[in-house]
Amino acid sequence: MLDLSKYQSIGEALRDALDRYSNEVCLIEADRQCEKERLTYGDFKERAHPLSKGLQDGGFSAGARASIIMTNQPKWLISAYAIFFSGGVLVPLDYKLTPDEQWQLLKHSSATVLITEYPIWRQLSISAGRAAATSVQTVLVTEAPANADLAGARRWEEHRGTGEPVFIARERRDTACIVYSSGTGGRPKGCMMTHENYLEQCVALTSLYPFWPGVRYLSILPTNHAIDFMVGFFGPFTCGATVVHLRTLRPEYVREAFPKYKITYVSLVPLVLKNLQKGLQARFDALPPGKRKVFNALVRINKALTKSQPRLGISRRLLKQVHEAFGGELRAIIVGGAFTEPQTLQFFYDLGIPVANGYGLTEAGTAITVNDLKPFRADTVGKPLPGMEVRIVNPAVDGVGEVSVCSKTIMAGYLNEPELTAETIVDGWLLTGDLGRFDGAGHLQLTGRKKNMIVTEEGKNIYPEDIEAVFESLSVKEFCVFAANYIWPKPSNTGEKLVLVLHPEPGQQYSEELRLDINARNNRLLNYKRVHGVVLLDEDFPRTASLKIKRNVLAERLAKLDSAAAILPL
Amino acid sequence: MRTLDQTTQEVLDLAAEHFQLPEGSLEPRDDFFKKLGIDSLQTLEMLSRLENHFGIELPDYEVQGVSDFKTLAERIHSRL
Repeated sequence: MLDLSKYQSIGEALRDALDRYSNEVCLIEADRQCEKERLTYGDFKERAHPLSKGLQDGGFSAGARASIIMTNQPKWLISAYAIFFSGGVLVPLDYKLTPDEQWQLLKHSSATVLITEYPIWRQLSISAGRAAATSVQTVLVTEAPANADLAGARRWEEHRGTGEPVFIARERRDTACIVYSSGTGGRPKGCMMTHENYLEQCVALTSLYPFWPGVRYLSILPTNHAIDFMVGFFGPFTCGATVVHLRTLRPEYVREAFPKYKITYVSLVPLVLKNLQKGLQARFDALPPGKRKVFNALVRINKALTKSQPRLGISRRLLKQVHEAFGGELRAIIVGGAFTEPQTLQFFYDLGIPVANGYGLTEAGTAITVNDLKPFRADTVGKPLPGMEVRIVNPAVDGVGEVSVCSKTIMAGYLNEPELTAETIVDGWLLTGDLGRFDGAGHLQLTGRKKNMIVTEEGKNIYPEDIEAVFESLSVKEFCVFAANYIWPKPSNTGEKLVLVLHPEPGQQYSEELRLDINARNNRLLNYKRVHGVVLLDEDFPRTASLKIKRNVLAERLAKLDSAAAILPL
Repeated sequence: MRTLDQTTQEVLDLAAEHFQLPEGSLEPRDDFFKKLGIDSLQTLEMLSRLENHFGIELPDYEVQGVSDFKTLAERIHSRL
């Protein structure tokens, strides 16, 4: 691995990695049964440098912002490297957002360059939101068919300069990426992540979960997500490892990829991990009684032998068929993005597959705590990573309080939001809005959430304010969206739901017509952003002098209602 | 050659069969996340079944953001 303490920027570290590991395989791209491409670090450099030169010839320079909206594939990483090499700031956006949401964030970030895939561009180019994002001057589109109408974009494959590009140095404190942790509504939260944030996070994570040449990481989580950016790009690249991309995420092809490419690590969101558990459990249950008995006995033996630490060699021999289905070389499943239920974590550990369960948020540079497997604990999110100071603010008698963190991995702030930044980072400590406590062994246990938001099992952060626009002009006196757990706290971070609070006009009933209107509007939202139920409140919402809803005061009033009776299903 | 209506009906029938629902219980405008109570992964599994039936390949990006059977059937029909 490169000694990252010697580097100033992501671009500088990656530049050296491409030379140092020149003959190692860095990327494998597969599409269904076919392997499309296999690149060495040397090949990667040959692809990236002409693009970098093309960007520089087009006037792209230090501090300029370029966005990538792509599915996981080699051109994502090649483009990102070309941006960093040229001293640019990367704005990675979620390809699953709607085109209008993507344009909103492009506008907010002031990106001048957009790099995207043709199918995504087809939608983006005809979206009304395009007119607002005037900063975007250059659009590069990958894989466009020969006769495609590019609607003002250029072909990524042809955007290359001749001659060597100039490496543009950046300092550790400079912004490397603007990562949107949420917010496509009123208040986008663009986390300004510095080069130092990434360099330090990479050192901390790889100290527990190392990469080396020969390691193969299966990249499934979107690369714009903080986790995949770190463990599916920067981490493996600085160690000479290989990243495997799949162009389809159909479960059958994902399953095939494990044995086919002998995967070492994979990152999953809890929802996928739980589905994997269900699938495996169904197969175990279908075993004939005799075989099932033997299998269960082997699991019990494995459990006893791995109580204090994982023993991959033993587990792979004891539970051979299970491990062979995963390719036989899987060292750990990294899970993140949302809270994972302990029984799911334990299920995999008992099979001899450690799950690197942790806790983090984009604002803190990916991970704050991770299970160090010494021993494995399913009931906590692990201990703070090296270099992270974590403390509980204003703990109650039971030790529970707000989790705060201080480290070199904490973002510089939210883009264009000095007040929000000052509320979130106080005296160098990031207030996470999550509630938790430390146990006697120094493990962090999360117990709920203090902030008005939900995190889905797919790892999506949803802020109620961001989805209120869809209910504008609803025929009620006033309305507001809340995270149900913000009003009625519960000691868990799973199964979180949003509710729509309605204050009807005087004498107005909650009619079928109104319910249908709410349903129709709700269905316009992506499925994971939808409200779960309606709460009726027959009183004026408390408001500030500037007529903004005082959400905390309103939540206190709503908390007096019985949640089970108050939430009307849609 | 199938008409769009026929394709839509076949999609509805296959989805009903896949999720073990009575025939005729699904409508073209139904939101499959809501009606079937499924997540995005289960949707991908359903797509594989539809691909096999129609003998086509439906890239993941074609179904990005699609949540009702009618739109899904249109995307399939355009590839027949």
